[in-house]
Amino acid sequence: MRTASLLRGTGVAGMISAAVILAATILAIIGPFVAPYSPVLPNLNMTWVGPVGAHLLGFDFAGRDVLSRLMAGAQSSMLGPLAVVAGAMALGTVIAVVAAWRQGLADTVISSGLDILFAFPGILLAVLAAAVFGAGLTAASVALAIAYMPYVARVLRGAALKERGQPYVAALEVQGSSATSICLRHIVPNMLPLIVAQATIMFGWAMVDLAAISFLGLGVQPPAPNWGVMISENQPGILQGYPLPALSAGLCIVGVVIAFNVLGERLFQQAQAQQTRLQQPQVPQAQVRQRQAVAR
Amino acid sequence: MLLASLLIASFVIFGALYLAPGNPISALSGGRALPASAMHVLEQRYHLNQPFLTQYWYWLDNALHGNLGLSITLQENVSSVIGARIWTTAGLVLYAALIILVIGIGSGIFAALRPGLADTSVLVSTAVSAAVPSFVAAIVLVLVFSVKLGWFPALGNGAGFWSSVQHFTLPAVALAFSSIAIVSRVTRAAVREEFDREHVQTAISRGIPSRLLVRRHILRNAAIPIATVSGITVASLIAVAAVVETAFSLNGLGAYLVQAAESKDLAVVQGISLVLVAAFVLINALVDVLYAVLDPRVSLGSRAQ
Repeated sequence: MRTASLLRGTGVAGMISAAVILAATILAIIGPFVAPYSPVLPNLNMTWVGPVGAHLLGFDFAGRDVLSRLMAGAQSSMLGPLAVVAGAMALGTVIAVVAAWRQGLADTVISSGLDILFAFPGILLAVLAAAVFGAGLTAASVALAIAYMPYVARVLRGAALKERGQPYVAALEVQGSSATSICLRHIVPNMLPLIVAQATIMFGWAMVDLAAISFLGLGVQPPAPNWGVMISENQPGILQGYPLPALSAGLCIVGVVIAFNVLGERLFQQAQAQQTRLQQPQVPQAQVRQRQAVAR
Repeated sequence: MLLASLLIASFVIFGALYLAPGNPISALSGGRALPASAMHVLEQRYHLNQPFLTQYWYWLDNALHGNLGLSITLQENVSSVIGARIWTTAGLVLYAALIILVIGIGSGIFAALRPGLADTSVLVSTAVSAAVPSFVAAIVLVLVFSVKLGWFPALGNGAGFWSSVQHFTLPAVALAFSSIAIVSRVTRAAVREEFDREHVQTAISRGIPSRLLVRRHILRNAAIPIATVSGITVASLIAVAAVVETAFSLNGLGAYLVQAAESKDLAVVQGISLVLVAAFVLINALVDVLYAVLDPRVSLGSRAQ
């Protein structure tokens, strides 16, 4: 399987990270259904009560079970970054491939447009979007996807240009394949390792930025469960001596982000190694296999 | 290029908020119905009856003369609100930048020159700190250093220089925390790469003392990627400062931007966004200049890749 071969080269740290990501994904899917207590119903008798019995992490500022809220909150905490990454990758890939394929004027216009977009930090764009469209996860996700797009496009444009110069592309053109079909069936699939690596790293950024926006009160709206919201609403507990609710939500974010960073870094190294191989003079496949065999 | 990005950025900021749903007059009147004559006066005063581009021109012209309009919630000039708060944000970002440069570059060089345990521990701790968002760093710092140890105050700006430094220390560390890791990693990689270069190996074999070797042969060349990444990370702090200011109740620009976005005080959102984007673009331009100073081969005007 493709995924398996991608993961094999990432080492132990990469495997552990992949396992953490898998666990977080499963939690995001089933979390709201398996949470043992209601994540939203307040119970003011239990405000700031520490861990007791089946309530392993105690209660938050409104007397809700922290563990249930963490489990239910995984959904919006993971779904938001997924939307951001999907949007940024789709937009960025299309723009990068168009710039690399058309070159000339189209490339110049796209590249200077990207330079201008770089002037908008993601969080600022998200705050602007909240001012215009009102606070919410959708506006923030769209804003972040637009803010991340230039980073994707810049990296992929370089790779697409390299791919564009390969002899097989010229051969396909001579055979009469259309530009769309060459791009969709050959160039983009060949850049897939780089796209996956970029998406993985970006997921970590998106998670941090979206949680920050929810922390500011401009993203997911309470009482809906979300890790960023949990930190902001339980912040008073830090000063009052009940740090567990805010800390446990922070730990969830940090853990998942570390996993995405580590895995993304490893995948990036792999993809770049593959890219540099492209630049070297073409060697027939049989010879390469022979060399690999010798090297082993 | 610099002017073009600023101009387009200002256009985007104005245009986005122009498109905001809701009638500006009802925002001004707080939703009350107004007599037609009052509506007319307001339309005249805010040029609301003019076409979009004319309105943009009025706004830009005023902004360039330091007049950013009136805050609806505070009934105060946006420029004086910005003037009163800008030093909080600037001080916070500069303090954080200092921390990033000293600890980030320091630990990077340290890790690069001492392979083994030191290197590994720097690598592991940067992998963790890179993943800690500023607001998580904020709650942990407050918990440890103000609640448990009582060394620093948890909230507020402070008055006087020494008290301000105390009040700003935890926010600056929270703001710097994840960026330290980025600068440290790039520094380590750059120094490693220079160390393996021929001229450095020659210098080692000629017996040049290591202090001189590091300063004159390694850092001189490694300075270019280090300066680039430092500039980019420091520029990115400008936006993240909003999060830290909110977490520590500092009355800076970012915290006010967030409040204004919540209350739809559009003149304030426009004004502060414009200032923040301008600062962001200026720092990036400064990095390009610095790049040319550090590397005589780069002529000004050609962009750093």
